[in-house]
Amino acid sequence: MDRIYGAKTPGHTAGGEKIFKTGVLDIKEKIKEIMNKLDRSDPEYFEKMQELKAMDIVADAIIIYAQRYSRRLLEIAENEPDPERRKELMDMAEICNWVPAHAPRTFWEALQHYWFIHVGITYETNPWDSFTPGRLDLWLYPFYKKDIEEGRLTRERAKELLACFFLKFNSQPAPPKVGVTHEESSTYNDFSKINVGGIKEDGSNNVNELSYLILEVYDELRTLQPNFAVLVSEKNPDHFLIYALKIASAGFGEPPFFNHDGVVIKMLRQGKTLEDARLSGVSGCVESGAFGKEAYILTGYFNLPKILEITLNNGVDPRTGKKIGLETGNPEQFRDFQELWDAFIKQVKYFLDLKMHGNDVIEAIYARFMPVPFLSLWIEDCVENCKDYNAGGARYNTQYIQMVGLGTVTDSLAAIKYHVFERKTFSMSELMEALRRNFEGYELMMEMLRNPEKTPKYGNDDDRADSLAVKIVETLSNLVRSYPPSPIRRASKEVYWLPTTVHVYFGKVTGATPDGRKSGFPVSEGISPVQGMDRKGIIATFNSVAKCDWDKTGGALLNVKLSPEIFGDEENLRKLAQSIRAFFRLGGHHVQFNVVSAEVLREAQKRPRDFQDLMVRVAGYSDYFVRLPKALQDEIITRVEKKSF
Amino acid sequence: MIKGIIFNIQKFAIYDGPGIRTIIFMKGCPLRCIWCQNPEGLMPHPQLCCYERLCIHCHACIQACPKNAIIHNVEDTHIINREICDMCGECVEECPTGALGIIGKEITVKDLIEEIQRDIKYFDSSEGGVTFSGGEPLFQAEFLYETLKECRELGIHTAIETSGYSSQEVIQKISKYVNLFLYDIKIVDEETHRKYTGVSNRLILNNLRSLVLNVRGKDIIIRIPLVPTITDSNQNINNIVGLLVSLKDIEEVHLLPFHDVYEKYKSLGMPYTMTIHEPPNDDRIRYIKDKFVEQGFTVSLWGVK
Ligand code: SF4
Ligand code: SF4
Repeated sequence: MDRIYGAKTPGHTAGGEKIFKTGVLDIKEKIKEIMNKLDRSDPEYFEKMQELKAMDIVADAIIIYAQRYSRRLLEIAENEPDPERRKELMDMAEICNWVPAHAPRTFWEALQHYWFIHVGITYETNPWDSFTPGRLDLWLYPFYKKDIEEGRLTRERAKELLACFFLKFNSQPAPPKVGVTHEESSTYNDFSKINVGGIKEDGSNNVNELSYLILEVYDELRTLQPNFAVLVSEKNPDHFLIYALKIASAGFGEPPFFNHDGVVIKMLRQGKTLEDARLSGVSGCVESGAFGKEAYILTGYFNLPKILEITLNNGVDPRTGKKIGLETGNPEQFRDFQELWDAFIKQVKYFLDLKMHGNDVIEAIYARFMPVPFLSLWIEDCVENCKDYNAGGARYNTQYIQMVGLGTVTDSLAAIKYHVFERKTFSMSELMEALRRNFEGYELMMEMLRNPEKTPKYGNDDDRADSLAVKIVETLSNLVRSYPPSPIRRASKEVYWLPTTVHVYFGKVTGATPDGRKSGFPVSEGISPVQGMDRKGIIATFNSVAKCDWDKTGGALLNVKLSPEIFGDEENLRKLAQSIRAFFRLGGHHVQFNVVSAEVLREAQKRPRDFQDLMVRVAGYSDYFVRLPKALQDEIITRVEKKSF
Repeated sequence: MIKGIIFNIQKFAIYDGPGIRTIIFMKGCPLRCIWCQNPEGLMPHPQLCCYERLCIHCHACIQACPKNAIIHNVEDTHIINREICDMCGECVEECPTGALGIIGKEITVKDLIEEIQRDIKYFDSSEGGVTFSGGEPLFQAEFLYETLKECRELGIHTAIETSGYSSQEVIQKISKYVNLFLYDIKIVDEETHRKYTGVSNRLILNNLRSLVLNVRGKDIIIRIPLVPTITDSNQNINNIVGLLVSLKDIEEVHLLPFHDVYEKYKSLGMPYTMTIHEPPNDDRIRYIKDKFVEQGFTVSLWGVK
């Protein structure tokens, strides 16, 4: 079954404003108050009391933990000869004595306070992933402003503290993964995603000096962790977007850009209050959530291309010969595309049922045996509800399933629709034979299936393929959302489209697909077009993607390859910013740029047929790299290397 | 409905006019500049082209051709006998890799407008629009006129990149619906112009003079191809500067340095007569740029700000 689902320990959340406004003692006070008011005749009295006690114990624990730091710092300070450093150590001791027991008062305290809580949460939830301070520029700005005004802090000092803060994240990798989990998410990145930009609780622009400063520090450090997200709202100034693009242009593909106005719409659709929706952001990869108020649990990946493969084999997995799906009919006997579509959706529904049931079981196990009282202190309403985060204590509860392989499955269906049913280029039996043989002896068919000029492909603003993507996204959103809330957490069911690295693993276990993909090759990644199949540049890709209704999902990941000279100057960046704006206005959720490097271009010179999507700007016009004269290719490579355009 | 013939639509163009633009490349050109960078645009009719580098030598095209117009030579590259080929497209249909293609397709105004409209949000956010290039867009005057008119109705900003070689009536007529002219000036001396482009420049210069009287100077940008020794000679550059100064209203100039595009010609089976292969060097470009700057023009390479 791991060929179809990526199993995952339920994880994922993000911190919100409560962390930055509350001391542990305040929470302890609250717990005491609620304990005193608990009604002994309440049938849940016992559970509630136990949960509150547990919360109280872990609240003490973090204070004790911090005080150990405080004491140790004093010891070190005593032996420190340099008076300046000694003063700093004493300050640190004082800070660790104050937070997390009390709410932070200064910028420095706020960072330290958060870090204690971060450590507490990651220790408790190990192996958790992706805990994050969330909207860091929003939460920290009041501290920053006050400190600067009162002369306690300079921009330089704030920068240094932020740098130290980020380095802490980097020194705390995710727990090692093994076996299938390693294949699915092969990274030590803990997905702690810091958000900048976006809007504030009152709907106004949130970009402030700290938004820039945070990105500046990231740009100088360039560490693997934490990750960053630039929230882009209509309310944000272009200047900020362009600044962030400049940083993205360094070529690491970071930071990615998110449509914050779209995130707000998603939150509102899910029934969050307007204020909570505006304080939302994105965590993990691209996951929208109400920061600090929502348990939005990722439950694992869903291999759509594999399900299509099983559909094409009438319920049998050709890798093993075992029947693991439904008998939805022999596709060689289907008379029209609709029959295939219906069979596919039926098959999807079958696997979805299993998955959803499994999710609810896992949720029940976690609710009973894996309480997380420390995390529950910080996610709003858990304390008030006397309920654990894992048992439905949070204000909002959601269960997410991560769909994988939109491009592969869209292109596969489009290929069948176009070649088998419409043009009758070949029959279903011929196609099935080609798939069984992994296209050996069917090379020409494969070439044709891999050629966007011969076969409709998602990502080229070609309605023949895009209309199927739209239908898939819509159908899956509706299907998943039609499941009743989970029994324990009363979590509503939602869809994300993101793969981490599972598209590689899913590809390994999925045979040849009708889009011309050979057995074992990665399936498409996120909602990006199939690798190399988008041949018309970013606007065509944006147009394809934006046809789908992402507001009905919780987020979707789009990677776009970009020729490096686009980043050449301010004016180009402005136009790129404007194209992101347009994409978001059309409903896009996320975009991340992969800047093509000189090595990739060299590789393309050697294997032109594998790089037919690569577009470069030659001299005032763009052209496909592989179609350029060799001399011009060399010239471009040199320019890319010298970063001079 | 009237049809045009185009050979490419390029999106996210960021140099050929303001904002984010979609460029429509139109086929057919009355000039034959020997340095032409877009030979695909020269002929008014569709052409078969072959990108050798994408070919996997499967010979499907040879078998498909009902006229036996394709043979492979010893190195297994293609020879297309264009005398016999009637552009039936069978070979393209069978070629699995896209190594063979037909450059140029017919399109109605309605379909073209539909294509352009797909990008309208990008024009909106960047104050961009559509640019008609080629070939020579004025070569398909009626089709261009109708398309421009539709664009105006939809509020889409329009630019045309033109050699200026057409009758005065045509230019006047379409200028009503053009927001920006990217107007090529290549060589001022009439005989030299004829030598390298095949036509006299009298029409071009006259059209420019009357255009300046009719539209605002800032709606005309002069584009100059810099071809070593041919267009970039001191004398020619001085002549162009003089001409532009005399026109008074012109403000902006784009310099377009030449690149060797031999392989483009080869893929189309067209003769390439350029003997110069190197682009003008940076010093030369700077020198020329300064000549225009001295006279108060805004100058850029390719329109890159
Ligand atoms: S277009 Fe037709 S006639 Fe020309 S080479 Fe191809 S198959 Fe032969
Ligand atoms: S059909 Fe295409 S790939 Fe095959 S030999 Fe002809 S041009 Fe080459």
